[in-house]
Amino acid sequence: MRLHVDLPGLQLKNPIMPASGCFGFGEEFAKLYDLSMLGGIMIKAATGESRFGNGTPRVAETAQGMLNAIGLQNPGVEAIIEDKLPFLSTFDTEIIANVAGSTPEEYIHVARELSADPTIKALELNISCPNVKCGGMQFGTDPEMAAELTRLVKAASTKPVYVKLSPNVTSITAMAKAVEAAGADGITMINTLVGMRIDVTTGQPILANRIGGLSGPAIKPVAIRMVYEVAQAVDIPIIGMGGVRTVDDVLEFIYAGASAVAVGTANFENPYVCQEIIEALPGRLDELGIDHILDIRGKAYEQIVSRA
Amino acid sequence: MRQLATILSNRLIATATMEMKIEIPPQTVAPGTFFHVKTSELLRRPLSVANVDGNVVTFLYKVIGSGTSDLAARRKGDVLDVLGPLGNGFPLEQTGKRVVLVGGGIGVPPLYYTRRMLAARGIETIAILGFDTKTSIFYEEAFRELGETMITTVDGSYGEQGFVTGPLARVDADVLFSCGPEPMLKAVAASHIEERYLSIENRMGCGIGACFACVCEAPGGYVKVCSDGPVFRAEEVTL
Repeated sequence: MRLHVDLPGLQLKNPIMPASGCFGFGEEFAKLYDLSMLGGIMIKAATGESRFGNGTPRVAETAQGMLNAIGLQNPGVEAIIEDKLPFLSTFDTEIIANVAGSTPEEYIHVARELSADPTIKALELNISCPNVKCGGMQFGTDPEMAAELTRLVKAASTKPVYVKLSPNVTSITAMAKAVEAAGADGITMINTLVGMRIDVTTGQPILANRIGGLSGPAIKPVAIRMVYEVAQAVDIPIIGMGGVRTVDDVLEFIYAGASAVAVGTANFENPYVCQEIIEALPGRLDELGIDHILDIRGKAYEQIVSRA
Repeated sequence: MRQLATILSNRLIATATMEMKIEIPPQTVAPGTFFHVKTSELLRRPLSVANVDGNVVTFLYKVIGSGTSDLAARRKGDVLDVLGPLGNGFPLEQTGKRVVLVGGGIGVPPLYYTRRMLAARGIETIAILGFDTKTSIFYEEAFRELGETMITTVDGSYGEQGFVTGPLARVDADVLFSCGPEPMLKAVAASHIEERYLSIENRMGCGIGACFACVCEAPGGYVKVCSDGPVFRAEEVTL
């Protein structure tokens, strides 16, 4: 029970979950280990209709990081409900659906459909994808637009709504406060940082989409700083993510103020990474003299009076 | 699926081309499949299987960037973290048919293991291997031991001058298996051979079908190179 975390709509047996877009709909990873050991699964973004996404190349490596511009490729909300959720429902883990769209109407439609499915325990509102021309991050970089979309999706959803914040803003706390005031039940953060790589043999960007989202260990310090700031600015819980690959990365996020942690790009490097982190957590808590994992939540900004 | 393999050898066999042999526990490795190999870099590198002999798997790779440079620096006895075998290989059920194997550059390696497995089934094969220049050529003798082998070089420094499409136009075969750079695959996809199978390369993320990085356009949608392929019938993909 020392790893158990209760969040709006989510009873997590441990605070570890794969991040959206890095785990598909679980089918591939289910061949490698029992998904029921995961605290939760944030499934790949759903849009109203199927999307093919961007051209290739869609990934480019960077120092300790990766740029991606997949472009929200997915089979569409109906196909996800029909073809993907029945399989996910066979696992004892909390399924969080990532909701995307180009227009408020599309977001509302996707949120309504997904939240009505009993397999889905919460929604993650994706207003931070940098790789689509319309919607996505454009809703996530203006506090008023983010708040309005949060209100609309909250009204359409029968399940708690977590808003996924973009780090590509001047003030992450202004964004967080805006979505909290609009009724968000929680925050997930951070999405990728917009970046580019250029092939010096052609002089052209490597990604077909030219720009992409940077993820991986390179962005972890940015994510930690942002979680640290947002946790002090809002009262709703945070699921932290950005460059997590080890058990100590998880503890850093929780010290910074997160209540749970998602693992993204590291699943590509090591498809067993979530399993390995979950198995390593109790031993690491013992070593550090921590009883329950949430005993350390936010301790990075709370004054520590004494330390044994 | 993830295994820690011991490196048995790692040596230069042609210009910027390394041959690495690793030891893995006994298992079935189909020709045309690949292993996703951990390097010093964040993302794994997909390496095709050039040969399997008992517990020994051979990779041939071209040293191009930081990941493959790191691989080239590995020594005998080092441990390599590999994920695989992954993907779907060439269909070996070709009894009674004549198979032409067309490889270009670093696309040649999987065709060697494939040819060995076809030969073991008594299937007749012809190989057409294209390289840039004489010093880029590898495995010529090994290929010749298994049957008729034609070599082309772009600069004419060895074999027939030009591209693989030259000899291919003169070949009589029922089935084509090919692996190589995209322009070559496009050309052989349009060849006169009735049944054509292509092994596609693309930048990969996860290697297991979850991340949608390595998709390839296909009639009516897309295919994932890593998990739907890397071997496809020519009609299944839009190059």
